[in-house]
This record gives sequence, structure tokens and C-alpha cells, in this order.
Amino acid sequence: MNDLIRDSLDHCVKCTICETYCPVSQVTPLFPGPKYVGPQAERYRGAGPSADSSVDYCSGCGICTQVCPQDVKIAEINSRARAKLWEKRGVPLRNQMIARPTVIGRLGTPVAPLANWALHNRAVRGLVQSVVGIHRDAPMPSFAGRTFQSRARRHHGPAGAPAVVYFHGCGTNYYEPLVGEMVVAVLEHNGFRVIVPPQDCCGLPLQSNGNFPAARTYVRRLVDRLVPHARAGLPIVSNSTSCGLMLKREAHEILGIEDADLKVVSESMYDLCEFLLRLHDRGELRTDFTSLPMTVPYHAPCQQRGHGIGKPALDLLALVPDLHMIDLDVDCCGIAGTYGLKKEKYEISMAVGDRLFKDITATGSDLAACDSETCRWQITHGTGVKSVHPVELLYRAYGLDRRARAGSVSPELQTVRVSG
Amino acid sequence: MSYDTVVVGAGLAGLTAALRLSERGQRVLVVARGVGATHLAPATVDVLGYLGDTRVASPSASVPALVSSTPKHPYSRVPAEQLATSLEWFCTKTAALGYVGSLDENVLLPTALGVPKPSALAPRSMSGGDLRAGGRFVFVGLKGFKDFHPTLIADNLNHARLPNPIEARAFELAPPSSRLGDLSGRVIARRFDTENLIDWLAGALEHRVDPDERIGVPAVLGLRSGDATWQELEKRLQRKVFEVATLPPSIPGIRLSDVLSSALRDGGARIVLGVRAVGARAKGGRVEAVEVVNATGTVSYPVSSVVLASGGFASGGLELDSFGVTREAVFRLPLTGLPDTDRVRFAPHYFDAQPLATAGVATDDHLRPVDSSGSPVYENLHAAGAILGGATPWKEKSGTGISVATGYAAAEAVLTPAPTPVSEAVR
Repeated sequence: MNDLIRDSLDHCVKCTICETYCPVSQVTPLFPGPKYVGPQAERYRGAGPSADSSVDYCSGCGICTQVCPQDVKIAEINSRARAKLWEKRGVPLRNQMIARPTVIGRLGTPVAPLANWALHNRAVRGLVQSVVGIHRDAPMPSFAGRTFQSRARRHHGPAGAPAVVYFHGCGTNYYEPLVGEMVVAVLEHNGFRVIVPPQDCCGLPLQSNGNFPAARTYVRRLVDRLVPHARAGLPIVSNSTSCGLMLKREAHEILGIEDADLKVVSESMYDLCEFLLRLHDRGELRTDFTSLPMTVPYHAPCQQRGHGIGKPALDLLALVPDLHMIDLDVDCCGIAGTYGLKKEKYEISMAVGDRLFKDITATGSDLAACDSETCRWQITHGTGVKSVHPVELLYRAYGLDRRARAGSVSPELQTVRVSG
Repeated sequence: MSYDTVVVGAGLAGLTAALRLSERGQRVLVVARGVGATHLAPATVDVLGYLGDTRVASPSASVPALVSSTPKHPYSRVPAEQLATSLEWFCTKTAALGYVGSLDENVLLPTALGVPKPSALAPRSMSGGDLRAGGRFVFVGLKGFKDFHPTLIADNLNHARLPNPIEARAFELAPPSSRLGDLSGRVIARRFDTENLIDWLAGALEHRVDPDERIGVPAVLGLRSGDATWQELEKRLQRKVFEVATLPPSIPGIRLSDVLSSALRDGGARIVLGVRAVGARAKGGRVEAVEVVNATGTVSYPVSSVVLASGGFASGGLELDSFGVTREAVFRLPLTGLPDTDRVRFAPHYFDAQPLATAGVATDDHLRPVDSSGSPVYENLHAAGAILGGATPWKEKSGTGISVATGYAAAEAVLTPAPTPVSEAVR
């Protein structure tokens, strides 16, 4: 597999289509473009690391691979070259830190009020920027205080119903547990029993920060948690598009894991909206939607497009009466996971996102929808517009928010409101 | 999600077919390995530029001669009226780019190498470069932009065979400095979109160009704002200004792809890039589902019809392996025009007629690929664009014309099915 990825560079005809789409090289000379750094430079790298460190400025959005007409695995080649670079130099402390969301989550959750104060305090952030190298203005989520895991343990779903396994990811666990509760509520509304196995980080941030050995450890640990369910034939759904993609493809194609357990988990993985849309295709999705008279711009994140499943969120939301979604045709919000947090990359990330921010602002909406958590935080940071996962709109269209307020669903959700 | 039609390929033929189907109310899915050849071509619609070695003045007058001398040519499957309708339809759908021209008359526009190229339609930002009437031209380059060489264009045009004499000259301007390093067409176009470069350009040109000169600039006047920038430039300079295609990537081609793709999205169609159509599930001579490899594995999309617009050898629609075997890459359709195995496949000189190059899919009048007996392989599978055999588009200057005409015709064939017996062999 490793060789198949690298060998794909021989398909490159130097058409430069990837360069015209690369959101990073359009805004900074520090990244000379995916073709140059990828299929071209890779020929000269051989077994050792890159002599040229510009590959570190690749954000890993993966658009180059998506648009390449010749099937060259440009982003994958670059991701590996980045790992080799850091293997030689040693991954800096900052990158080790921000690449471990579970460690941060475990540290921050018990002291959430203090941690949140610090994360949003100008002086503290200034200090963090100069000492650690995380940009003072970079978007930071707030710790929820109580994890989704702890909430899920107290939740008792319908017994006897067909089961679905929920891989919620770190963003949901530590920062957006209410999104997780909405996922559970929507799945239960459709007659499922939701199994929430104990779970850890998928290793994606470590992968994109060039620490492949640690990333492999994390993803293997996660696969161990999920594989009994996958072997039992249960579908696994995730509302985190990038973590889902890690399990579907990247652990194999980028980290090079050849493993029967990973394979069965990969084949059982569904993006949440993909899963719901498949239900609808079989006539099994409940469509008792109430009217949502709103116009909401929707951004399909790069990693969502990497699934190659179209835009199932839009197909689902088209079922909701009076809800008008605007399909924004913009490539990247700029954040690319942890890329835009870094002191030296924050401005690049904001320049990349500029077109998306302007397009969202131009719609005049005070709400945007997007499947990926870090992209939502970036959108809100760049526009001031509240940004929600599509499931939040489905949750509301099913009337589950009103039921929550009436006490028939989890009391935790009584405060959830979708503005608009 | 279930779709009425799956279109394989996101180039000009695929997007044309998809948009026509979508606007007629079909649910359409476009799947492609990546973006199409739109991004490499200069975005003109070239219906027929050469018949043999003779430059064609009027495609409508010359296409019948092409079809009678080359009976297997893709144009033989598109009636003259439908060819005209497809171009009119194309102009309506690309109104934002203001395509001008007609099937009756080719314009002659300068290429990036300074060759006069015959085209039936061109975006209005390019059409002012028509060389037919002769006169004085000035080509203006941008210092540091490596994909546009104005002196080369001017010198070659001064030696070109043209109906009326022209006088061409060239100079370069240094664009205002920017933090952006490597000057690619995409980077400059973005600067036109986001910065006020037009003041600089208009100011720099004003005193360096004579009132009777037409001004050719590289086609980088903005990706989103290209047409508006061009209009504004003409207004400010009070002279004819025109964009000239650069070496690839082609900004006008990306604009065209963007306009067609947005129209598709607005109409509810889906475009999925970075996936690979790998085959069909068929029953009784009909494709029931198209199989597509995405991040998870192979998924099946149930369909009523399929349009195959996967391109020729360059786009991977046709494959030639190291054993000399040629295949249609997605559905393993029978091919026509393959040289016999004991015959040469390649002529010694690059620009000679290459025996292998006219290979492709043969179709019936409904653009359905046929087997050697002439029966359609599947009754609901249609083909369009460069996958079709029988043409030599780079010599004829017919590639984009074939894509628009057959893309449109394939969509019409889907919309008005003509049941005919299907090949026994494939069943």
C-alpha cells in the first residue's frame, strides 16, 4: 500500500490543476504548492527526509488529491514527507501538545471554568503565544466541564431496538457534548439503540503533526475498542468527518496500517449524515419534520469531501419543510485541524478562510452549518456567525428540542436552542 | 441517494450532459476522479477549425464534409440542427461569461504561442482578439509570470498566415509587488479578485498604447471577477482589450467549469470528485447501478441512465497498458479504431496522424456504445466527449465542440429513450 501511494506520483502529468486549487499556496509564498512539494520533490527524497522544509506548510486539507484527474495521492505523499521531516528533527513540544486532544481534554475538563477563562484571556493567550507558539487569536473551544462519555453512561436508551455504535470523537466529548446528545436523540428517534463504547483520540492530530508512531498507537487503541462491534455487524457512525475519515481511509493510506481489525472497522464506518441518508434511501428514515423557516449557508469541509459521498447533509436537510440551505462552493476554511492554531500559520489560515467568511457574511444569515467541529469554530471566529453541525437542524426539525424542554428526552438538552 | 442519471466525468462533456439533464428535472450525480480538462483548455468552443490542412471559415458549412469523409466521426451522431441547438443552449447557460460567435463563422484568436486558432464561440473577454480583420495589436505581459510570453505571441503572429495583414508588438509590465511568491495564473487572478489591480493596469496601459491598437493581456483578469474586470478595463481605456489564453492552467477554463458546476449545484445536482467509477451492475441489457469506489470501498448507485464522459487517453477514460492492450477504463466497453495488433500503433513523428489516437467508443445514433455487431451494449448507457472514437480533435480543432454537442445530445438521448435490441453477447 505504501508503495502504491508513492508510486502514484508516476501518474503526475504536471498539469498543475492541484496547484490552482491549493488554498494555501494561493495565499503564501511559504508553501510552493502541492505538485512542487509532492510528486516533484518526492522523487528526490528517497529514503531520507526532505531537504526542503516547505512541506510543513501543507495544511493537509487533501483538496489536491480530490481534484487530481490522474489519481495521484498528492496529500498522502506530502503527509508522509512531513512525518519524515519531523522524525528527523523531533516534533516540537507545541505540536505534541495540540495533537493530543484527549490529554488536553482530561486536563481541562475538571477545571473547566478556570481553563475557559485562561483560553479566552488576552494576557494568558499572549503568554501562551510567546512561550508555546499557539497564536493568541486562534479559535479555541470551551471545555464543557462534563464529558459526553460521562453523560452517555447515565443515559438509558430503548432496549431491544437495533443497535448502532457511536464514535463521537474528542471534540464532542470535551467541548460539544450537546452535539453528541443530539446525535443520540436523532438516532433514537429513528428507532435505534445507541452504543457509546469508551473511546480515545483517533490519532489524526498526531498524524497531521508528523508523529506517526504515536498516531498509530492511538488509532490502534481506538480500533480495539470498536472492532468487537464491527465484527458483530453493527454500523459505526461518527459526526466528526475528519476522525471518521481517519478510520475509513487515512490510517491505512497515510499511516500505512495493514490490519484486519482496521479493515473491518473501516468498512463499518459511516459519516452520520451518510448513515441517515442511507436510511432514507431504504425508506427507513422518519420524516416527521416540522417546518424550519430559515435560510442557512452550508460549508462542506475538506475532510467531509474526502469521504467521496457527496453532500448527504444537504440531501437530508432538503427534507425539512421551509428550510433553505445555501451550498457554499468554497474549498477550505483554513483551520485544517491544528494548522491554524500555530503562531506562524494563523495568518495563512485566516487568509485561506477569507473567501468562505465573506460568502457566509454575504448571506446575511446569523447561523451557518458545517459537519466538522474545528471548521465550525473557525467559521465562528472568522465571521461571528454561530455555526452548527447539520444534526442540530435535524434535531430541531424533528421537534426533539421541544420534547426535551417538555422533559421527555434527556434533561441535559433542555437548554439547547438553535438560533435563526 | 438515488439518482436518475449518473454522469461519469466532470469535464466539458460531462458537465454539459449533467446540466441539461438536471434542468430537465432529473436528479443527477456527477462522479469523477478529479476536475476535467476544462482546466487545461482555453475555454473557447472549437467546433471545426481544420478540414484536412484547410482552415475552416464556417463550421456549419464544413461539418457535413467532415462527416461524409469520416463517417465514424462523433459529429455523425449529432444532427446539424441539434449541433446548433447545443451551442445556443451552451451560450444561455454560460451567460455570465458572455460567449459570442456562431456556428456559421469561426473567429481566429491568438493562442499562448501566437498561433491563430479557429473557434466558433469564445467568451467575450477573449473575442476581441479576432485576427481576421487585421490591424494593429499589442500584447502585454506581466513580469515574473512564466506562463505568458507576449514577445513570442507577437513575433509568431507577425509571421502567421492571416486573411489580412496585422502588426503586432509586445511589452511587459511589472505588477505591484506582493507577498505572494511564485506568480502563477491562479495567484494573479486571485489578486484581481481581491485587490484593486485594475487601477494599476489601466494606468500602466493608458500612455503606452496607441488609440488604434488592440490590447491583448494574459487571461488572468480574475477568477470570479474576470468578465467584470475586462469590461471595466475596456471602458477605462476606451480601446479594444482582450484576454489571451495562457499556458495551462487555464483561468478561463476554470471560470467555465465553475459556471457550469454552480448551475448544477443550484439545480440540486451533486458533483463528487476524487472517486472512481469502476463498473456497472447490469441486468437484461440495462445498467441498474454504477459502482463507485470512495473512501470506504465500493458503493452502488442505482440509476435509470448513465452518461460516460470520462475522456480519452489523457484523462484516463482510455487506458493503454504495457502489453499494448487498450481498454475503456470504467465499463470495459468495446473499442473501435484500434490498429490491428501486428500493425504500428504510433507514427514516428509526434504530429503525424497517430493510428491509435482515433480509438474510442463507437456508438449508435443515440450515442449508446455498441459492440462489433452495431448493437448497443446497454440500452441506457450513453457516451459523450473525448471517449468517442473517430475524431482527431487536436488536428481538426474540434475537441470542445464535440464535448458540447455530444454532451447535449447524450442528455437528449437519455430524456427521449429509443428502445432497440441490445447485444446478445453482453447479456
